[in-house]
Amino acid sequence: MDFYTEPAFFMLLLPIVGIAVVLGLAQKPLARYGFAVSVAMLVLLFSRSLASLAFLGCYLLLSCLLMRWVRHLFASKAPHAVGWYRVALALQIAPLAVYKVGVVFDPSFLGFLGISYITFKAVQVLIETRDGLIEHLSVFEYLYFLIFFPTFTSGPIMRSRKFAADIDKPLSRDAYLERLYRGAGFFILGAVYKFVFSAMTAWLMWFAPSVIGTSTAGSFVLTQVVYALCYGLNLFFDFAGYSHMAVGVGMALGIEVPRNFRAPFLAVSIKDFWNRWHITLSWWLRDFVFMRFSAAAFEHRWFKSPVAVACVGFILNMTLMGAWHGLTIPYLVYGLFHGVLLALCELMERKWGFYKRNHKKRWFKVCSWAVTMVAVFFSLALFSGQVFNPVLV
Amino acid sequence: MADQQVRDQIIDLVAEISGEDEVKEPENQDVDLFEAEVFDSFAAIQFLVEVKDRFGVSIAPTELEREEMNTVNKIVARITERM
Repeated sequence: MDFYTEPAFFMLLLPIVGIAVVLGLAQKPLARYGFAVSVAMLVLLFSRSLASLAFLGCYLLLSCLLMRWVRHLFASKAPHAVGWYRVALALQIAPLAVYKVGVVFDPSFLGFLGISYITFKAVQVLIETRDGLIEHLSVFEYLYFLIFFPTFTSGPIMRSRKFAADIDKPLSRDAYLERLYRGAGFFILGAVYKFVFSAMTAWLMWFAPSVIGTSTAGSFVLTQVVYALCYGLNLFFDFAGYSHMAVGVGMALGIEVPRNFRAPFLAVSIKDFWNRWHITLSWWLRDFVFMRFSAAAFEHRWFKSPVAVACVGFILNMTLMGAWHGLTIPYLVYGLFHGVLLALCELMERKWGFYKRNHKKRWFKVCSWAVTMVAVFFSLALFSGQVFNPVLV
Repeated sequence: MADQQVRDQIIDLVAEISGEDEVKEPENQDVDLFEAEVFDSFAAIQFLVEVKDRFGVSIAPTELEREEMNTVNKIVARITERM
């Protein structure tokens, strides 16, 4: 059973959310209930592939062991703690890395749906345990965080400290209701995005090229532009639709799930875009890749100027993002392209006097928005592979 | 180090990294640095590295929420309480 697409999923969601609402309104703790339904839902998710389910089970076991080990290393001030911590981190990432390399050669390579997202969550826990920020995370809390079914397959990527705080603190009736109302709003908006606008744009992606054609140079170019626009909108409505629904279901289970999209097509710069598009992914990478790289670069004085640190950091960060999507040319080029754009944006903000004088003015924002949108839709055409294989009818 | 001296050094560091001397003005010390575009996440990380160097105070990148460290006064408080 696939999540958020099949009727069966929504049929099951009704009683699951219904019981959660009854419990929530009665001010009962929701964690054990949420854990139980998450287990059941994951079993259904993987009902067609027991090998995947077994793999997930092993991954969960590995994650718990690594979490306890890293905590022990730093709590007991073990010798070579940092070195062992790096080993733990490598082991945590290894299944995803092996899977990503494996599917390049064999599309049926063993993995499990959600492996990309669960890895982010587990790595965050290891890094923050090392930083001394996570002292009390029980195995139950950790497992529940990892398998929380509303966000299991494709995010939004939650943070363990917020998640644990949400389960530990029982909500008052009013606080639960307030969260439930907001969640309902997200869910409805998400459903409209996914089942109305995503469906419409998907149809346009097929219909528009067939009307315009690609027989002349002019129609060829127009078809490419229209298709790229429809694809970008379709990707947004599909993924934001899914994400909003996931936020809504999560809220009904009493968890404040972070939102993943905030009007990305209003972004006035590429930096602004990444604070609006797939937000939880971009912030995760910012916090755990870009910032860590920058901190190390400053500490060890790898570069002479801070601008150089930022530029290299952005390019590394976004290329890694591309690689995480998949080790194929379109994804890697997509990541690299965004890294270069962010680096250019950084240079512009720091070095260009004209920008400093004018960037708060309305006309500048309008121009900047237009340039940003061209770059964004072009990048999504890289992502879809359209740039490498143009649409032909 | 006297408190005032530490405070001045921290403010100098914020000014040095952001290139904005206005942060030194007393009336600006409760201004949201991120909203005023004095700081962004990158400047913040540069700042944390320098804080570790100069004051021996280590703050992990995700330790504090932005709201806990978004004004000069809050920054001074977060650092001095760890010294």
